Amino acid sequence: MPPSVTLAVTRYRPEQESEPSLQTYEVPFRKDWVVLDALNYIKDNLDGSLSFRWSCRMGVCGSCGMMVNGSPKLTCAAFLSDFLPGPVRVEPLQHFPVIRDLVGDITDFMQKLKRVKPWIIREQEKPLVEGEYLQTPDQLEMYKQFSMCINCMLCYSACPVYGLEQSFIGPAVIALAQRYNLDSRDEAARERLEILSEHDGMWQCTFVGECSKVCPKNVDPAGAIQQLKLVGAVDWFKFLLPWGTR
Amino acid sequence: MSPGTQYTPYHPKWYRSRMSVWWWLQNRSYVYFVLRELTSVFVGLCALLLLWHLRALVQGPEAHAHFLAQMRRPFFVALNGVGLLFILFHTITWFNLTPKAMVVRLGGKRVPDWTIAGLHYIAWVLLSVAVAVVLLRG
Amino acid sequence: MALVHDVLIIGGGGAGLRAAIAAAELNPRLDIAVVSKVYPMRSHTVSAEGGAAAVIKPGDSLDAHAYDTISGGDWLSDQDAVEAFVREAPAEMLQLEHWGCPWSREPDGHVAVRPFGGMKLERTWFATDKTGFHMLHALFQTTLKYDTIRRYDEWFVTKILVDEGRCQGVVALEVATGKVQAIFAKAVVLCTGGCGKVFPYTTNANIKNGDGMALAYGAGAPLKDMEFVQYHPTGLPFTGILITEATRSEGGWLLNKDGYRYLQDYDLGKPEPKPVFRSMELGPRDRLSQAFVKEQEKGRTLVGPYGHYVHLDIRHLGQKVIDKKLPFVRELCLKYENIDPVKEMIPVRPVVHYMMGGIHTDIHGATSLAGLFAAGEVACVSINGANRLGSNSLTELLVFGARAGTAAAAFASRQRKPSPSVLAQAQDEEWRLGERFLRKTGGTEKVAGLRTEMQKTMEESAGIYRTASVLEEAARKLRELQERFHDVSLEDRTYTFNTELIAVLELSYMLDVAEAIVHSALQRRESRGSHQRTDYPKRDDTQFLAHSLATRGENGSPRIEYLPVTITRWPPAQRVYGR
Repeated sequence: MPPSVTLAVTRYRPEQESEPSLQTYEVPFRKDWVVLDALNYIKDNLDGSLSFRWSCRMGVCGSCGMMVNGSPKLTCAAFLSDFLPGPVRVEPLQHFPVIRDLVGDITDFMQKLKRVKPWIIREQEKPLVEGEYLQTPDQLEMYKQFSMCINCMLCYSACPVYGLEQSFIGPAVIALAQRYNLDSRDEAARERLEILSEHDGMWQCTFVGECSKVCPKNVDPAGAIQQLKLVGAVDWFKFLLPWGTR
Repeated sequence: MSPGTQYTPYHPKWYRSRMSVWWWLQNRSYVYFVLRELTSVFVGLCALLLLWHLRALVQGPEAHAHFLAQMRRPFFVALNGVGLLFILFHTITWFNLTPKAMVVRLGGKRVPDWTIAGLHYIAWVLLSVAVAVVLLRG
Repeated sequence: MALVHDVLIIGGGGAGLRAAIAAAELNPRLDIAVVSKVYPMRSHTVSAEGGAAAVIKPGDSLDAHAYDTISGGDWLSDQDAVEAFVREAPAEMLQLEHWGCPWSREPDGHVAVRPFGGMKLERTWFATDKTGFHMLHALFQTTLKYDTIRRYDEWFVTKILVDEGRCQGVVALEVATGKVQAIFAKAVVLCTGGCGKVFPYTTNANIKNGDGMALAYGAGAPLKDMEFVQYHPTGLPFTGILITEATRSEGGWLLNKDGYRYLQDYDLGKPEPKPVFRSMELGPRDRLSQAFVKEQEKGRTLVGPYGHYVHLDIRHLGQKVIDKKLPFVRELCLKYENIDPVKEMIPVRPVVHYMMGGIHTDIHGATSLAGLFAAGEVACVSINGANRLGSNSLTELLVFGARAGTAAAAFASRQRKPSPSVLAQAQDEEWRLGERFLRKTGGTEKVAGLRTEMQKTMEESAGIYRTASVLEEAARKLRELQERFHDVSLEDRTYTFNTELIAVLELSYMLDVAEAIVHSALQRRESRGSHQRTDYPKRDDTQFLAHSLATRGENGSPRIEYLPVTITRWPPAQRVYGR
């Protein structure tokens, strides 16, 4: 085990620079340190001006997504030992505008999320006195996987379609729409399907599949998108059926 | 959205990098994806060759013999050979990815991906055997 | 352009989002805004694992839940608040279910409940072992439904505006641009969470710095019961990552270095193969953490590279149960300790987890400053008393988040617009931030250095066991750190996303909160719940059946007073577990 490891970290101070550049730091190597620990070491001891987001450091808040040696990762879950001998390149998540150093602007995602109406929509609400909506473990299983999304946006960084065409609604948003579509308590699957069938919706996806590969929570957004495409395609053919059966 | 946060996606000082034309060389998955998409070119070529073959058949035995002679030329042998590889790649990737779109549940449990893909392969083999029998007998 | 709202909620976690929805539902014409220093999905509610308690099983009763909570709190809980809490809990939980929260279910489709520490019966609703995550996302996605709820994401509040004896809004820094702005409001609800980062080893995220507590304290509202800091008995060493109480409620055992279930030596019952309510590993958190310290003194704990620890054994539950009920625990152990709990024992130790104390509020969430409300971990109503039972906190977010949101909305509906004369205070604040931090030259202290010293002081003095001499020394040291804070200098003097500036502001909040904790601990000369004094080892109901109130004094250090506990139907008795 080496005593130290080099990190090459993106620096970008918009008030002083017009372009980002890489700055190297020498950080002590510890077997149980993750990349985030190294970044915190830099901030606390070497260079207090390094800006990055982090919070829970246990892989559930989704704040600390960054590119590590060219791949989108949660830095709180990426062990330094996996990147030996170094140097370890740490850059902000690609496909997002860079605000500063390792911090990207995710307002695009926040706006897109609202568009698919990610909440329970029903014609009639059951009054609370009547208790819970019954939902068997099998019904829960149908959408459970898609509800695990921590909004870390690694999938947007991995998606070349999003990189080339920023208007694409994106993997996580579609997965969350599918989460509600498959929830037995929801009644708005048709509404969401129509929203996702719009020009920059799910049909922009060409099933590269990288989003599901990088997802730290195994949400499988690529699966969600293809399932919705199948539903959308079958749905389109329903116009051939007589009125009654639709 | 408050007035403060509305403009940030378009803030002039945020740095936006352009995606390089060579983005797909960045990692193995992307190269694999582009090759997979390129298989469509060979599927198209194969369809064109089939149409040409049909036309030659319709035109009579001379035209058909001429067509077959063309197909024996090294260029077309190579094209068909490479085409076959790409089409096989196309088929295998398609079958392996189908379970992602086709979720089948039996008794509440999801049928595993390899079963769905496996059924596709079996159907393919059976159909191929049937076609081969028909072609080789006649 | 002045930013004005009717109800302003600071903090976008479970309590904040619930308050926003409550205000929007009460009056759809109100203009509601949520200000959060992180995007709401990042709020620390997301890390909660175990579950949320509410009476739902047929054999259960509101009185039983209330008694468990009150005895768990060592009789420091305000019983009128607890009665309201247990009464409203089931409806709140059902409401969240209606809003889409994926609660784990029984085979017949009803919501499932699991046993939890200190509770007589199963009443903890859960969503596998990521309850907080699912609750937060369900609430956040539901708030997107309301057009009247706006958000200021990544805006950091630096001051509460007070004029004419009323809260008039806040001053906040837009982190992305460094712009300082006043946001006026007719009512403000603080939902900023706890202050675990005041200590070095904690389950808490980086963002838990006691912001709201310090803001209220600075505005003159007192902080209540600050000496009651909860140590969660099972956190991973080094990272402090939480291993949920559910591992114990599903049947896990705590073993010392000899493989012995040591809790039986500490009046917590006899070891049984299956978990028994309110006994052994299902005892209350304060008693379990104290047992660890006693074991450590006896030399029966294991020692590793990060200090002492014991083992949490769930191997006997089997892989099927672990993957079904505790998948996240397995994932965390594999990822952060390289240990598979199916085959190996998990190393655990007590780590700081929750703050029972907080801003003093009444049972509607109103603080002593008109127009200022608080809910969630930042507030102290108090329902948790001297020790919180696991799974009461997530329910507290919903019940008191809704109460505070409703009360704030009702208050705002009766108010005039805030007066623009307060604008001068906002301009002063902008000048202060620039002068003291961004433009300041010289200065020898660093943020990280002061923070580490503070954390070390707190760990030594305000740990599981405390004594007067160490607390007095800590109070002196914290005063010294407050003085040295004036000399802090920043390396980052830019305006765009300056996280060092945020860190230094958070440090100023933490120093205030730390002083409140130490002074409150020093003055409470008894042992109760999670506050254990080696020099006063007994509970003293004659003098201290009261809440401590810490108000900011002239020189900055707090002044401690006492407020009697509200007792309704349960007179103080002995806390008995395992019998």
